[in-house]
Amino acid sequence: MLTLTFFAILALALAFFVIGRSRAVAVVRGDVRLLHSRPNFHGILALLLSAICGIAVLLLLGTMGAVWIETHLLAAILSAQPDMSPIEAELVLSDARALASGGIASKSDPLRLDIAQQVGRQGALHHWGTVVVSLVAALVAGLWALGKISPDWRARNRSETIIRRILMLTAAIAVLTTVGIVLSLIFETINFFNNIDWQVHKFLFGTTWSPLSGVQAGKLDPDKVGAVPLFAGTLMITVIAMLVAVPVGLFSAVYLSDFASHRVRAWAKPMLELLAGIPTVVYGFFAAITLAPFIRNSGEAIGLTIASESALAAGIVMGIMIIPFISSLSDDVINAVPQSLRDGSYGLGATKAETIRQVVLPAALPGIVSAVLLGVSRAVGETMIVVMAAGQGANLTANPLEAVTTVTVQIVMLITGDTEASTAAGPAFTLGFTLFCVTLLMNIAAQRVVRKYRELYD
Amino acid sequence: MSKEIKISAQGVDVFYGDTHAIKNVDLEIENKAVTAFIGPSGCGKSTFLRCINRMNDTIDICRVTGDILLEGQDIYAKSVDPVQLRARVGMVFQKPNPFPKSIYDNVAYGPTIHGLAKNKAELDEIVEQSLRRAAIWDEVKDRLHQPGTGLSGGQQQRLCIGRAIATAPEVLLMDEPCSALDPIATAQVEELIDDLRQNYTVVIVTHSMQQAARVSQKTAFFHLGNVVEYGDTNKIFTNPEDSRTESYITGRIG
Ligand SMILES: Nc1ncnc2c1ncn2[C@@H]1O[C@H](COP(=O)(O)OP(=O)(O)OP(=O)(O)O)[C@@H](O)[C@H]1O
Ligand SMILES: [Mg+2]
Repeated sequence: MLTLTFFAILALALAFFVIGRSRAVAVVRGDVRLLHSRPNFHGILALLLSAICGIAVLLLLGTMGAVWIETHLLAAILSAQPDMSPIEAELVLSDARALASGGIASKSDPLRLDIAQQVGRQGALHHWGTVVVSLVAALVAGLWALGKISPDWRARNRSETIIRRILMLTAAIAVLTTVGIVLSLIFETINFFNNIDWQVHKFLFGTTWSPLSGVQAGKLDPDKVGAVPLFAGTLMITVIAMLVAVPVGLFSAVYLSDFASHRVRAWAKPMLELLAGIPTVVYGFFAAITLAPFIRNSGEAIGLTIASESALAAGIVMGIMIIPFISSLSDDVINAVPQSLRDGSYGLGATKAETIRQVVLPAALPGIVSAVLLGVSRAVGETMIVVMAAGQGANLTANPLEAVTTVTVQIVMLITGDTEASTAAGPAFTLGFTLFCVTLLMNIAAQRVVRKYRELYD
Repeated sequence: MSKEIKISAQGVDVFYGDTHAIKNVDLEIENKAVTAFIGPSGCGKSTFLRCINRMNDTIDICRVTGDILLEGQDIYAKSVDPVQLRARVGMVFQKPNPFPKSIYDNVAYGPTIHGLAKNKAELDEIVEQSLRRAAIWDEVKDRLHQPGTGLSGGQQQRLCIGRAIATAPEVLLMDEPCSALDPIATAQVEELIDDLRQNYTVVIVTHSMQQAARVSQKTAFFHLGNVVEYGDTNKIFTNPEDSRTESYITGRIG
């Protein structure tokens, strides 16, 4: 019903738009040049005012009314049975609600039946009240806007102000969400460090990661939260991924921008970008099911023992995943190097290779660096591939053929595991915060480089 | 007193896709002289200039037919490597295009890739000489290792001229080299062009009649892709044969 009201308000607002527009025309007898604002703006103002007022009242009454009824009913229960505890009162209320909606209650005594009746009465009142009042609010606001229409009425400025406010609000929502997430990360991180008595160095430099094995009464064992194996695993996989992605991505970008014919470019570039659209789970099971056994088998063929889950397999597949980021961004920056620079170089008798190596790539270097840094942040934050292909055991090793684990994988394990959320959350959030800091730093670095690059040509 | 011919174009046509930009042009450019191309905008001066060092190769849709001979050899023959050709026929572009490198590296670029200097001292010497001849040495000698893109437009253009000279080409093609320069720098560049005539063949595109008259010995007047008139600069400017040439230099068309 409330949803229906919402749409009714919207329909009403639309009607006001149409009426407002034609009224504005009528006010000046068709000579719209006499209006300060064009007819559309008069319509839009009426629409905005009626929609905003109606929806605001709807939301306000809908939520506040429910809260008010609840407190009122609880008070009624407690006044009927003064010696009841608040929790019992809530139980009575929920039973009463169940009775009112024809459901099954734990008990049905006179008190409950009485309250159930009240619930039904007040609920209906609240419901219809909300519907009627919000529709009336929308109507009044719209009529007010219609009444204001005159040649001098600054409908354009007013509606623009309202729209600007709405835009501001949406931007604020995005920013506040980010701030909220960061704050909760920081907060949980502090909690976690409190839990291990501020032995921050044990987290940053410890080499044993098994945070849930030493828990006693919610207290973590500071000796088992050493995150170094995770950092090392992340680093190793990232390095392997970049070893695959940077050369392949960069060379394909050079090929696409300076060697490929228009026809090849026209299909090769979208194909490469398609690679970026493949979900990471798909890469993950490709790594786990196809590449990892292949690496193990070929290792065995030359007498190496390779774990079925290895950093190498995960890193290679992750590198493949990152290729399109690097090639596509690098291709863009290489293309952005002005043709006049290439001409200048050719005009001096330089070959294509010399031109690319000595003029084009140096000119595009800052952009390429930022593309690589973006690739690194992807690699560091990637989870799916690693979960499936690199293993879960925190294993401090420099051998890419062994299983390793990464920061992101451990976060997944902690959150999806069956340990109590309050215990697992600490280490998980702290890892998340560390990861956030690292990618943030990398993005800042990338942006700085990009800015420097812009200055070079402006 | 007919001089030696450096470049000879015979029946050259240039097409950009379907656009016929140069129509059956015959032209002989003298060795160690300055030849000026004049003509209204869009008549094909730059296009023809770019044919002489095959810069048009870099434009996909551009097609050149006919023969252009450099010292008797067809530069469009299969055996000719455009890279080597461009080392002999250098080019200065209409818009200054310094590389995003230091001033020094900009000038050293050509000599380095062609191996013209045996050591650092020789390279330093080439750089200094080139910048001096381009009339910019005094302005940049204290900031050789700052980026060339940080110079003013006119300075950048002189840097590009210096960069082209440093490669020691036999022919220097200049496409409106002074369009971004103030009168003083223009005078310096004109002096440089006059000076270059001792050793090089120079072809210059210009929109300034006075400049053509001042620096060139031969002038070619282009109109709608044709060379309408070609001859001694003196003759073209004092006693043109074609009525179109006359109206152009007296300012009635263009
Ligand atoms: N890259 C290109 N693609 C297509 N057409 C071109 C291209 N470059 C030049 N043209 C065409 O060829 C004709 C001659 O151009 P060109 O640049 O040679 O003229 P111009 O005489 O140098 O003119 P300006 O004095 O303005 O520099 C023009 O009609 C132009 O539109
Ligand atoms: Mg031109």
